Parts: sequence; structure tokens; C-alpha cells
Amino acid sequence: MEEILGILEKNCRYTAEQIAVMTGKNVEEVHEAIRKYEEKNIIVGYTALVNWEKTCKESVLALIEVKVTPQRGEGFDKVAERIYKFPEVKACYLMSGSFDLTVIIEGKTMKEAALFVAEKLAPLESVLSTSTHFVLKKYKDKGAVFADKPRDDREAIFI
Amino acid sequence: MNIEELILKKVKDLPPSGIRRYFDLLNEMQDVISLGVGEPDFTTPWSVSEAGIYSLEQGHTHYSSNAGMVRLREEISRYVQNNYGLEYDPRSQILVTVGGSEGIDLALRALTGPGDEVVIPEPCFVAYQGCTRLTGATPVIINLRAEDQFKLTPELLEKALTPRTKAVVIPFPNNPTGAVMNRNELSALVRILKDRDLVVLSDEIYAELTYQGKHVSIASFPEMKDKTIVINGFSKAFAMTGWRLGYACAHPEFIKAMTKIHQYAIMCAPTTAQHAAIEALRNADADVKEMVREYNRRRRVLVDGFRQMGLECFEPLGAFYAFPCIKNTGLSSEEFCEKLLLTEKVLVVPGTAFGKVGEGFIRVCYASSLENIIEALKRIGRFISGLG
Ligand SMILES: Cc1ncc(COP(=O)(O)O)c(C=O)c1O
Repeated sequence: MEEILGILEKNCRYTAEQIAVMTGKNVEEVHEAIRKYEEKNIIVGYTALVNWEKTCKESVLALIEVKVTPQRGEGFDKVAERIYKFPEVKACYLMSGSFDLTVIIEGKTMKEAALFVAEKLAPLESVLSTSTHFVLKKYKDKGAVFADKPRDDREAIFI
Repeated sequence: MNIEELILKKVKDLPPSGIRRYFDLLNEMQDVISLGVGEPDFTTPWSVSEAGIYSLEQGHTHYSSNAGMVRLREEISRYVQNNYGLEYDPRSQILVTVGGSEGIDLALRALTGPGDEVVIPEPCFVAYQGCTRLTGATPVIINLRAEDQFKLTPELLEKALTPRTKAVVIPFPNNPTGAVMNRNELSALVRILKDRDLVVLSDEIYAELTYQGKHVSIASFPEMKDKTIVINGFSKAFAMTGWRLGYACAHPEFIKAMTKIHQYAIMCAPTTAQHAAIEALRNADADVKEMVREYNRRRRVLVDGFRQMGLECFEPLGAFYAFPCIKNTGLSSEEFCEKLLLTEKVLVVPGTAFGKVGEGFIRVCYASSLENIIEALKRIGRFISGLG
């Protein structure tokens, strides 16, 4: 059944009927599997992958390396939670290596993003240090290339 | 000077490519969904392309040995052993060619000529007949039947064999029907072929693209090994059509003969492609599996779509083609394809392009994205209901 997850991860707009045909299962099975995945929060959500650069919306993304002190008894999870609850935070990962958390935030302007770090993130008690990197351009995200798809300009051939 | 008179009659007599016309139309139209061309829509796995690029950076821009780089032939030997249980010595039994196409041409040129008959089951890839005619041999066509799922049956084969039969083409998994032959079905043919003095040309270019069980090569029957020339290549399995690389595996005498022609006509297969192919054979298993999984989904969607609209479509278990029957639309294959292209902008190929027996069928290639296939099905459905 994990095949269904693989298909939806690539394109969540396929209907259960279509997925059933693709995988050779019956529709009820597929509906049921998806329902279970949603219930168990294995499917966490469905979103569109937007290339905001092509719109008028002003926004910047910043990737922040954060060093923290883990809380007694709760490790990193509690610290992470305090951070990821800010709506500005789009993603938050616990890392191995020379820092602890990757925090990806979105703001309207660089200034707004920087202010978030200065006023909200850095002052947190368990945050030891931050290092902010601004994203200049997205080439690829969630497996999808952001450049316009090349036109199929293959020449006709007789085979 | 009458230029036309200079051209050999047998060349003039070759049938012009039947679907050229559609492609000309196609070039003038916008927003056409093409399920016409028989090649993967995937680009070559990046690690494979990268190996080709790296070889250029390293300055490997020279000829290789005539038969192909030894390292590549060793990889091919290992690969056909692992995947199809075929044992071929890399130095004497494998020739690297410019696509499977060259392998087909070499085999027919090395082995057949005027007075010989070449048995060709149709519908099939167009090159067998063309190459046969160029050698001066006579194509003997077997008309495969939809009720046999377009498999070659021992009865049909037996009827086509004569004392002049020099070669038999076994083209499975099949272009254009998607038919495959399993071990049992092949063994019925082996019984007929094993004691005759003839060569089997087994075109296994789609061997990796099977959707129910693994591909079986007729050369894996010990009694057939010496009389079979296996044609295979990188175009379809590894999405490498433009690299132009294939190979032939056979008895050393056959390979020696084919290599002679190859050496005069071609010198050697493209070196860059050979470097890339080594990477393909070593490290692209996962990429191939992923492509096959994706083709399989498309195949199911396509076949289901045709059945939903009332077209009979036997289940293709190999290659990347479906071959639905369009007889109940009252149109000929050519009319169907032309009207469909003009009214709904979907390109499919008339079955007749692959032999007269293809009348009443169309070849639909599913080496195109699922989105394209779903949209094409919508348009074909609309087209058919519009016929009333
Ligand atoms: C059945 C069959 N054999 C051989 C070929 C030749 O492929 P290539 O010369 O690219 O290896 C094709 C290509 O369409 C084919 O369909």
C-alpha cells in the first residue's frame, strides 16, 4: 500500500479511482488506505508547490542554523516546539553536526525576517546562537525543478 | 543524367514511411499530445549522462576497438547473465552496435541474401522487413492474430517455414502490440526450430520492460543458444535513444561475421555512449525499476481507459505500447488516426504502419506523462462518442 503514498507524494490530485487503476487495486481499498493514512497523520497534508517568484507577492526565505541547549527531560523537542509554533516558521528540522536546528522562515522582506530572528528567535532562553542565510533562488524543491519545463521539441522520427 | 535511374530498384521499392504524413501535419499544429513516437519520455538517468560528460572531460574522444570497449562488453556479459541467464564471452560473443537497429541490419546482412527467406511475424517493428529487402532476401510474413494476443504460435510458425528459410525474427516484447512470450510459449517454438538449419534473430530491446514476470530469452534454451542472435540495447530500458547504443550476443562465428561488416560500415559505436553505458549497467538498476514502475501505472490507466470507452484492448504485458482495436468505430486505422489528430489533436499511429495485419488497430505509446495520457484519453473518448 505504500505505493499509494509514493503516487500521492508526486501528485496529490490523482483521484482514488485513478490510483486504483494505476496500481491494479480496487477503489474501496484505495479510499480506505488513504483514509487510514490521514487518520494516522501519515499523510500530514496536501499542498500546492508554488513558485512565488513568478507572482507579485514579495517574500523572502531564510534558513537559520540554530544552536540550542536541550531542556532537561525533554531534549530538543520542547525547544523545537517553542520555535516552530511561530507562524513565520515554515519548516524546522533537528540536525546532526555542528548545529542543532534548521529553521526555515518566510518574511515579506529581509528586514522582516532579520527582525524575527533578532526579536523572537535569538532571545529565547535555550537558543545559544543563530546564523541566518537568505535564500536567493529556488532551483528545486520537493523533487520538482522550478525552471520552466523545457518544451518537447523532439523531431518527428519514424519508428 | 537520369538520377532516379541510378538508384537501386530494391531501394526505390522500399515502402515509404507510412506515418511520415502525420508527422508533417503534427509539425504545423499546436498543443498536440503525441502518443506516437516509440521512445521513452524520460531523459537518461543523470548519473549515466554524467558519466558520459565525465568521459569527455577526461578526453576520451577517440575510437574504441571495433567490437566495443572490452570493459563495456564485460559489463554486458555480466548483465545478460544476471538478468536473463545468458552466458556470453565478452571477447568473442558480444558486439557493441549503433543501437539495436544496427544489430538487426548486421545480422541480416551477414546471413541472408537472394534466395533466402526471412520469416517475420507482423505486426512488428518496421526495420526487419526493410533490412531484409535490402539484402535481397525474401520476407515471409506471418500474420499474428489478436485472438492469440499477438503471440507467435507453433502452428503459424510451422506454416511459414520452408527449406529456404534462413532466419526467423522473434520480436518480443513486441512493438507495436506489447505482446510478450513466456517460457512455455517459447518452448513450443523451440521444438520446431531446434533441428532446423536456420538462425533466430531475437529482438529483445524491450526485455527490461515487462509487467508480469521476467523476460525470457529464447537463447536461454540450450538447444537454441548457438543458432540465436540476441539483439538488445540501451535505448528503451535506460532511456538512451539518442546515445545510439546497442549490442548483439551470439555464437563467435556470427559475431565475427557481423563485426566485419560493422568494422567497414561503422568503425565502432560512439565512445561517449559506451562510457555512459558502463555506468548504466553498473549503477542504474534503481532508475530502471522506477521507470518500469511508472510505465506500468500508465499502462494500466491507458488500457482501462480504452476499455471504458468500449474499445477492445488486449492486455499488453511488455514494451510501452497498447494496441487497441478500433474496428467498431467503422473507420480504417488511417482514417481514425488522421481524424483524431485533426479534431482532437492526439497523435497515435495506425496499426497498418506495422504490417497489413495491423488494420483495425492503433498503436498508442504510453511513454508519455500520466497527465498527458489522462488528457489524451479524455480527447479520444470525446472523439469516439462524436462519431455517433
Ligand atoms: C522492436 C524494436 N527493435 C529495435 C529498435 C531499435 O532501437 P535502437 O536502434 O534505438 O536500439 C526499436 C526502436 O523503436 C524497436 O521498437
